[in-house]
Order: sequence, then C-alpha cells, then structure tokens
Amino acid sequence: MSVHKTAHDILQDPDFKKLSGQKDTISIVLTIMELLLYFGFIALIAFNKPYLAQKLSEGGATTIGIPIAIGTIIVSWILTGIYVRWANKKYDTLVKRVRNKIGG
Amino acid sequence: MHETIIGQVNAISIIFFLLFVLATLGITYWAAKRTRTTKEFYAAGRSITGFQNGLALAGDYMSAASFLGIAGLVSTKGYDGLIYSVGWLVGWPILTFLIAEPLRNLGKYTFADVVAFRLSQRPVRAAAASGSLITVLFYLIAQMVGAGTLIKLMFGLPYESALVIVGVLMIAYVIFGGMLATTWVQIIKAVLLLGGATVLVIMTLYQFGFSYGELFSQAAKTYGDKFLEPGGLVTSPVDAFSLGLALMFGTAGLPHILMRFYTVPDAKEARKSVFYATGFIGYFYILTVTIGFGAAILVGQKLITGIDAGGNMAAPLLAEVLGGSMFLGFLAAVAFATILAVVAGLTLAGASALSHDLFVGVIRRGVANEKDEVKVAKMATLGLGVAAILLGILFKGQNVAFMVGLAFAVACSANFPALLLSILWRKFTTAGAATSIYTGLSLAVILIFLSPTVWVDIVHKDEKAAVTTQVKTLEDGIKAKIAELEKIKSADAAKAAAVDADMAAAKTKAEAEIKEAKSKMPQPIFPLKNPAIISMLAAFLVGILVSLMRPEKSAEQKFEDEKLRTYVGIGAE
Repeated sequence: MSVHKTAHDILQDPDFKKLSGQKDTISIVLTIMELLLYFGFIALIAFNKPYLAQKLSEGGATTIGIPIAIGTIIVSWILTGIYVRWANKKYDTLVKRVRNKIGG
Repeated sequence: MHETIIGQVNAISIIFFLLFVLATLGITYWAAKRTRTTKEFYAAGRSITGFQNGLALAGDYMSAASFLGIAGLVSTKGYDGLIYSVGWLVGWPILTFLIAEPLRNLGKYTFADVVAFRLSQRPVRAAAASGSLITVLFYLIAQMVGAGTLIKLMFGLPYESALVIVGVLMIAYVIFGGMLATTWVQIIKAVLLLGGATVLVIMTLYQFGFSYGELFSQAAKTYGDKFLEPGGLVTSPVDAFSLGLALMFGTAGLPHILMRFYTVPDAKEARKSVFYATGFIGYFYILTVTIGFGAAILVGQKLITGIDAGGNMAAPLLAEVLGGSMFLGFLAAVAFATILAVVAGLTLAGASALSHDLFVGVIRRGVANEKDEVKVAKMATLGLGVAAILLGILFKGQNVAFMVGLAFAVACSANFPALLLSILWRKFTTAGAATSIYTGLSLAVILIFLSPTVWVDIVHKDEKAAVTTQVKTLEDGIKAKIAELEKIKSADAAKAAAVDADMAAAKTKAEAEIKEAKSKMPQPIFPLKNPAIISMLAAFLVGILVSLMRPEKSAEQKFEDEKLRTYVGIGAE
C-alpha cells in the first residue's frame, strides 16, 4: 500500500474526522472570541470613552476602564488555557487512538 | 525633587552586568560542545521542555523597549499607556490556536519549511526568506538604535561603544552556542526581568498599603481624573483596527518567535510552551503598568520627562527611589541583558533564513551536507551581526519607532497569510504563495513609507515643523492683538463699538491666515499609520486568486499527507 493511499484512508477514518473536526471547531471558536475580546475593547475606546471613564465605586478613583484592560490580558491567557487543557485531555487521546490504528 | 545617579557610570550596574556576561559566556562555552549539527544549531537538538521554552519565548518577546517604553508611557500618559500594553499580548492566543502545533508538526527549522511543505521549494523559500529577512532586519535596527540610546541614558556609555558591546556579545552567543546558548540567555533574562519587575511592584505597592485603589486614587489626586481615562491614543477607529490586526496576526508571523517552536520535542510541548509564554508576558505587562503608575506618583512626571522626554527612564528611576543605587544598578543590568536576549534571537532567525532557506533551499536546491550548512549559518550570523552594528550607527538619532510597527506589518502581511493558507487550504499553490508573500511585503513597506508616520513625520519633517511654527506665531499674534484691543476697550467705553469691529476684522483675517498656513501642512499619501488592514487583506486575496487561477495538481495531491501530519504529527521531525 502506498503512503499516499494510507494517508487517504486515515483521513476517511471516523476517528480522524472527529479529531480534525473538533480541533478546527475549537480553534476557530477561540480565535473569534479573542478577536471579539480585543476589538471589542478597542471599539469601546473609540466609540464610548465615557463608559470606560466611569468610576468603579463612589469616592474611589479607579475607572471601569482599568479592570477591563487588565481583564482583556487575563481573559486572553485563560482562553489559551482552555485550549491547552482541552488539547491535553481530549485531543491527545484521539491522536493516540488514530496513531494506534496506523501502527496496527 | 531628589537627585538621581542615572546616566553616570555606576559600579553596581557594571558588576551586575559583568556577572550576567560571565554566566552567559559560560553557558555559551558549555553549549558550544553541543552545537555541531544543524538540528543543534537551529533547534537546540529539540531538547528544550515546554516550560523552558515558555520562558525563552517570553525572553525573546519582552524587549527593553517594551519594558522601559510602556512603563514610561503609562507614567506620562496614564490610561493610554495601559491601552497600548494590551495590544502586545493579544497575538499570543492566535498563535496558540492557529499556528503553534501545525508549525511544529510540519516544519524543521524555519516557518518557510511549512509554507514549502508541498510546494516548489525554490520560489517559495526565496519568497519566505525575503519576508523573514525584512521582518528581522527592521526589528533588529529598532532594537539596536534603542539599545544604544538606552545604554547611553543609563550608563553614560557612548552610543557606538554600546552597539559594539551588544553586537559582539550576540554574535558570540549565536556563533558558538547556537540555539542552545540563545535559549538559555533568553531564559535567564526572562527570570531576571520577571523577578526584578515583581520585586519593584511589591516595593511600589508597599507604599500604597498593597492597595491598587490607593495607588489609583493617589494618581488621580496628583494628575487629575483624566489620567485614569482613555485620552487621545485612539482617534481614528480604522487606524486602531489596522494596528490591532498587525499586532494580533503579526505575532504569529515573527520568524524569531516561530523558530522557537522547533526547539521542543513535539507539538504537545509546543502547545504547552505557548501557554506558559502567554502567562509570563501577560503578567509582565500588568507589572509594567503598575510600575508606570507607581513612577508617576513616587518619582513624578517632571523628573521622568526631564531625564528623557519619552519617559523611558521611569522604571529605573522608580527602582532608585525605592531600592537605592543597588536596585537601580540591578535593573539597569537587567535592561542590558534584555536587549542582548532579543537581538540574539533575531540574529539567529535571520541567519537561518539565509542559510537554511536561501543557501540550502534556493542556491543548493535542497542538497547540502550538515557541515556546510552550519558553516554558512555561522557566516550569516557574523554578517548579520556586523550589519546590525553598522545599521545601528547609521540610524543613530533617527526616529526608528515606526520600524517595530513595520516589522509587525510585514510579519502579518507577508509571513502570516502564506503560513496559514499553506496549513489549511488544499488548493494553495506555489505561485499563490510567492505572489501572496511579495504582495504583502511590498505593500506593507510602500504604504508605511507613504503613511503619516514616515511621509509626514520623517520625510517632510522640516516642512511640518515650519508649518507648525508659523501657525503658532500667527495664533500668538492674534492673541496678543486681542488682548491689546481688550485693554483699549476697558480703558475707554466710548470706543467700544469701534474696537469690537476692529477685533472682528482682526479675527477674520487671522483665521484666514492660519487656514492658509495650515493648508501647506504636508499630507500623507496613505492615510493610515499602520497598513495591515490593506496589506494583509491584499496578501490573502492575491494568494487565493492566483491559486484558483492556476491549480497545482502535485501540491493538491500532497495535501492529505500534510493534513495527517498537521493533526497527528506522523513523520514530524
């Protein structure tokens, strides 16, 4: 059996389809979330400065904009964490299963 | 106002710096024995763990310019500096979701390996190497000019000597120790920088009873509520969006960052390393912002901008106020180390584009023995290092801030689209890849040249200054005239009506004159400061259209092998 045909066969395998489908979905969804997060932040700055300038508490000086900016950094990191956690648990198991099929 | 010893030869910082140099040269000596094959030279024998690579990625990315520059920007502009810092992190999740693992599975040493995976090697490698080299060169010039200026500010060392020291050390690390030494220089630097900044933040927060609320209310008390609100940074939404695109997708096209993913054993470690890196870098920006606000209050804007108008000395000054000359010396040495780690990474990435992609891939048509390739890579390192020193001297005193923006624009326009399409799209062709890269590259460079940042602020600097002065003179003139007329009016009520008429006439005349003067203001030919929105989209469009016009059967046939390798890692090196 040629290498090309093997690759073709594996690509039709339900396990591989599940693996690539899930990975594509989670990658695209998380990418869109990150885009919305950052460009949402930029849009707020561009179109609604007064919102970001509001004080967090009566008498305090901290504006809502500060936790939103820091939050953008932290949420970005959490999104990468979600991806890595998913990949370490689910994706690697599927990869192992497909690899075993090829080996066996 | 307190005194500062910044800018004087400081024994403590020199001792710290010498310790760093000794340690890193020791590591280079150790690494030299493990740097013989191409795999060792370019990829540290793939022996780096995910955690180590996370630190090294952070050390590769966190530049002295971003540490000192962002702290300075926050201390002088407040919230706007914070907005700016957020943009530098948001590319990392994109890199995680779309690029890191396929890159590791498909490539060997450079991102061109991935683009050329199933396409014709020579044209694709030539194009990808051009994109890499231009990105690396602009980034390197900006770093070198920044290094010379910062070291002069901090140590009082002449600009040229600083460049030679930086250049010689980075050449030594890369030539003798290859990727292994570069990695450990970056890891040590990351630990020192994160550690130093953490200590500085703890000392700062101690002054405010460990309360951010207290820190911000003191900041608002001194500089007004406006200091904690968005100001003038984002004026044009389109411009902000375009810059955002460059930062988000440019990170995923920076050759020196992409190259680091080949130093780990497999895709799983690559994925882990980018998660650690994002955490370290995000944490670092949060620290830097805190340092900026702390410096504004505890050092004061007057002293900060008195020493450097750009505010670059905010963090060292704060260290001096809180920890004396000892801590200042330590932090100055860390900034020096930071510069070294970044330029070493850049030089290595540039050298591998020259040796692995151009020499072996294009000139030798993919056939070269290990020894030759390593030799050429070392020669390329030497050449690039010397070029970096000379270019740094050539651009002395020039405004090079735009060059980092340009590097990101080229990375997101030339490198990223071709990389992403080659991973995802079955129908991508050799012609599509090459034209996409050249389109993105040339558009990014040309449009930046015609943009307000270069065309107005650099090329027509003198005209701009002349118009600005003329407008100011006219404005001052009319103000003086009005004040004079007001005086006459209040002295003699009878003349009020006549004076009012005079005043109105003078105002109209002055307005016309100012308008006339302003019309001579040099205009940019391209309106946006960052071209990404045009150049990146054009690169995608050209890549897709050219590929659709002339399909490439052999490339399409190899896609299934590539796909299997992308997702499962079969055959990955």
